[in-house]
Amino acid sequence: MSNVVTPAPAPAAPPPVEKIRIKVDGRDIEVPKMLPDWQGKPVPTTMLQAVQIAGGEVPHYCYHPKLPVAGNCRMCLVEFGTPMMDPATRKPVLNEDGTPKILRSVLPYEPQTPRGAIACATPISPGMELYPSSPATRQMREAVLESLLINHPLDCPICDQAGECKLQEYSVEHGQAASRFVEPKVHKPKAVDLGPRIILDDERCILCTRCIRFTKDIAGDDALGIVNRGSYNTIAAAPGRQFDNNYTLNTVDLCPVGALTSKDFRFKMRVWFLKETKSLCNSCGTGCNIQVGSRENVIHRFEPRENDAVNSSWMCDAGRLNYQWVGRSDRLQEVLIRGARSTWTTAVAEVVSRLISAPKGSVAVVASARQTTEELYLLRAIAARHGAITDSIPREGEGDRLLVSEDRNPNSQGVRLTGIAYTEMGIRLPEIAEGIRAGRIRTLLVFGEDVTQYGLDAELLGQLETLVVSDILPNATTALAHILLPGCAHVEKRGTYINVKGRVQRFMKAVEPRGDARPEWEFLAEIARGLGVASGFSTIEGLFNRMAGEVPALAGVEWAKLGDGGVTVPV
Amino acid sequence: MPQEYRLILKHADQPGYTPDIECYLRHGGYAALRKALATAPRELPDGKKLGPQEVIRDEVLKSGLRGRGGAGFSAGLKWSFVDRRSGKPIYLICNADESEPGTFKDRQILHKDPHQLIEGMIISCWANDVRLAYIYIRGEMPQGARLLNQALREARAKGFLGKNILGTGIDIDIHVHRGAGAYICGEETGLIESLEGKRAYPRIKPPYFPAVLGLYMCPTIVNNVETLCHVKHIVELGGAEYAKLGTPNNTGTRIVSLSGDVKNPGYFEVEVGKVTLGEIIHHENFGGGLRPGRSLRAIIPGGSSSKVLKAGEKFKLRKKGADGQMTQVEADLLDLPYDFDSLQQAGTMSGSGAVIVMDDTRDVVDVLANVSEFYAHESCGQCTPCREGALWMSKALHRMTTGGGRAEDADYLLHIAQNIQGRTICAFGEAAAWPVLSFVKKFKDDFVTRGKADESARASGVVPTAHH
Ligand SMILES: Cc1cc2nc3c(=O)[nH]c(=O)nc-3n(C[C@H](O)[C@H](O)[C@H](O)COP(=O)(O)O)c2cc1C
Ligand code: SF4
Ligand code: SF4
Ligand code: SF4
Ligand code: FES
Repeated sequence: MSNVVTPAPAPAAPPPVEKIRIKVDGRDIEVPKMLPDWQGKPVPTTMLQAVQIAGGEVPHYCYHPKLPVAGNCRMCLVEFGTPMMDPATRKPVLNEDGTPKILRSVLPYEPQTPRGAIACATPISPGMELYPSSPATRQMREAVLESLLINHPLDCPICDQAGECKLQEYSVEHGQAASRFVEPKVHKPKAVDLGPRIILDDERCILCTRCIRFTKDIAGDDALGIVNRGSYNTIAAAPGRQFDNNYTLNTVDLCPVGALTSKDFRFKMRVWFLKETKSLCNSCGTGCNIQVGSRENVIHRFEPRENDAVNSSWMCDAGRLNYQWVGRSDRLQEVLIRGARSTWTTAVAEVVSRLISAPKGSVAVVASARQTTEELYLLRAIAARHGAITDSIPREGEGDRLLVSEDRNPNSQGVRLTGIAYTEMGIRLPEIAEGIRAGRIRTLLVFGEDVTQYGLDAELLGQLETLVVSDILPNATTALAHILLPGCAHVEKRGTYINVKGRVQRFMKAVEPRGDARPEWEFLAEIARGLGVASGFSTIEGLFNRMAGEVPALAGVEWAKLGDGGVTVPV
Repeated sequence: MPQEYRLILKHADQPGYTPDIECYLRHGGYAALRKALATAPRELPDGKKLGPQEVIRDEVLKSGLRGRGGAGFSAGLKWSFVDRRSGKPIYLICNADESEPGTFKDRQILHKDPHQLIEGMIISCWANDVRLAYIYIRGEMPQGARLLNQALREARAKGFLGKNILGTGIDIDIHVHRGAGAYICGEETGLIESLEGKRAYPRIKPPYFPAVLGLYMCPTIVNNVETLCHVKHIVELGGAEYAKLGTPNNTGTRIVSLSGDVKNPGYFEVEVGKVTLGEIIHHENFGGGLRPGRSLRAIIPGGSSSKVLKAGEKFKLRKKGADGQMTQVEADLLDLPYDFDSLQQAGTMSGSGAVIVMDDTRDVVDVLANVSEFYAHESCGQCTPCREGALWMSKALHRMTTGGGRAEDADYLLHIAQNIQGRTICAFGEAAAWPVLSFVKKFKDDFVTRGKADESARASGVVPTAHH
């Protein structure tokens, strides 16, 4: 998946993939003998994968390509046959027309009844025939569905999962109209508070154990398990335990039905109303790929988007829930010059003229590692014209072994590669403070950081001739700005981040900016143009490609080539 | 005259026989172990050389010993499947979970002659390069666990077990693990999960065949208590000599647990196939017949999960004659030889060797409701068809026994059971479905009549509906 663009030494020819010939619903097809399992280890190809390669689908609940196989739902049972072997010669027995004789699988103790195998866990073998749409297969599927529904509350109209529910979907496609069930249903707990972010409806649960497997085998937490036995089996947090690791909300995505719901999202929105936009999480340096669900300019949820080079199919809860602030009512929405409402034209002209008149060496720039690479590039270009000191602010926290990076900035590599801070971030801040104190630095551009927290206090900022600040939310620095330029949350614009491992990834705009706010790259490009340092790009594509031509690490990368999953560059 | 042949239970019920090691040694105990350890290598006619351990494995294969836990699978073949090249340790597990309703044979050994099992296990360990073995004992048998632990301590003290057994330089140890009271812990992969400290959810096969990916993902042999005891006797007698006991392909002896409507319920050790079902029930050496004035209604021949046999049923059995020719003979129910193959040909199984007899006072609907309640209660609930189907059948049968029957319930039950068998993770699916399939098919009239009677009683307002 990873698209490394560095000129690599001539790669050795990949070993030829060993193939197996089988038949799927009568069609001949060749499939690889081995395919990666949930951990990426090559294992024998399963019947389910073979049917997928043949362009078909085997309905399934418990199987998930990123989880260990459980084989418990039995939804994927498929009738099959294997070539008949002569026990003496160990050669296939042939039909009269020369084709191999196939033995359909039957129950050993009832040879008139077909026997299915679970496609999710059964390896294929040469000459095998799979019958994923035979009457016997369909009957097995219908029976499993019937069983799953006998104790289900059938409350789809009020269920959050409606529209994303595999039970609903398969029942329409594979179910039978009437259930024979006339017994009283099993009742189980409803609205169980599993942990701070998750509610469980045990009656809707089909006990596929995806949530348990994810929690145990991926997140490394044994908080979830099953209590009781048989039909009374119930998913629960271990006694006295909360389901509260930083990855709990992934189980909501994994749950094939509406049993696990996010407290944050439940009952808020019917999913089919949501617009989906490809984006990134910017709460740490991992850069998990996400999908933003929004409606009428309001963000309703972040969900992970699969990218095996970055986040597999997961994201952490902290990152997932870090969207509410976008809708805060105190967002900066007005262009202000010395506290008075102004316009972009006036403000950009004002910044340009102040910078033009600033003597070399009298300007400093504090950028944020939460800005896009394009914005950092433009700031760096502007700074270079003035011989300005540039720096940024490091943001660190505890990392974990799954996704969360110690680096809590989404674009520290962008800061480094554009040259805002070549080495360690923040080490030049004392130099900037000293410059202001000594009167050498008269103009300061601050983007997206409250520098009063990092040694440039209000008194110091008060000594500046010009303080240009751009931010999204108000803080002590924005309060002191001479020229205040309202910026955008990343979900309100396009751009790229470069994650800690050098993955260059782009994100798209999900919602409109608030008030007067504009994407920073747009007005930075105008300022740069005014200063004559850069020109010729009015689009993010043009800007990115221009930057890639100048930043050595990005050589050869193009906006269009980034695709949905990004490209890895050497860092 | 049909009679018992006591091999495994030779001493167990003798007056004065005690479960301690001194008593066992007085009766020739641990001689088979010494003999096994002294086995000479052997060269086969084709020039292939067998090491001493391979010789023992070969003897077990030749003995024809079949598992006494339920499936009747060849012990020697099972041992031959063990992955001996993985570089991982090989484990042996003795399945002492004995929970199949009607079965009470393993506990006789555990309580009365624990050293016999331990000796059989040490030999089996040695023959299979096992250094660590477990006895997984049913939680409801605390006394058995105490006796086993005592016996293991004694065996260690005498140098039969532990470090450097009998000066061979080989270490072998055995631990006792008590279950916590679930039938499914007797299913070998559920047992393995439970032994690993997890919920006893049986594993999917493929890929988790115990012989390759068993306990702690290492090659593992699981054998029943009785099976492992036979290993000792195979070493004592030699495989070929042992195979003379019983009948061809159904060798040795086995302990039959007889319960239900007979005068003399109990356990009897017989040569496999040398005694018929009728003899087990009626002969004075065994069940002693039905109670006065009663007639036979049905037999569950191999533990509650085996398919019921109806009084008067006739079967066609294939028999291999002395000339090697297969012939077909007709056999009445009571003339069925009690062995693995005959019962399989009769469409059922000898399973755990538990024969449950029902006379004409038993109502088959009530009996089936009782059996089904057990399986609904014991389904581990892992896989959909069994989890939902087992309780569904039990609820329907409960309804039928409380006045809520319907004429259509017979077909309703068959529909549910048919959708369980062959579609589940473990053979519990069959265990739950087979009683229903066999009872309802063979006694369909009883179910339909009962359902119709309930329907008309409800229609006339005589009996209130039990449900809804
Ligand atoms: C639901 C279920 C319960 C079982 N319970 C037992 C048991 O209690 N004791 C036993 O020895 N085997 C039991 N078995 C059979 C074991 O899975 C396994 O086949 C047996 O222990 C192998 O030993 P053997 O080959 O010596 O018979 C059970 C099987 C199933 C499917
Ligand atoms: S809660 Fe959802 S994911 Fe978990 S077992 Fe139930 S259905 Fe599966
Ligand atoms: S790991 Fe980092 S990038 Fe991924 S979701 Fe969490 S905070 Fe966001
Ligand atoms: S068949 Fe029944 S007992 Fe066996 S795994 Fe499935 S639910 Fe559990
Ligand atoms: S998908 Fe559940 S058993 Fe295969």
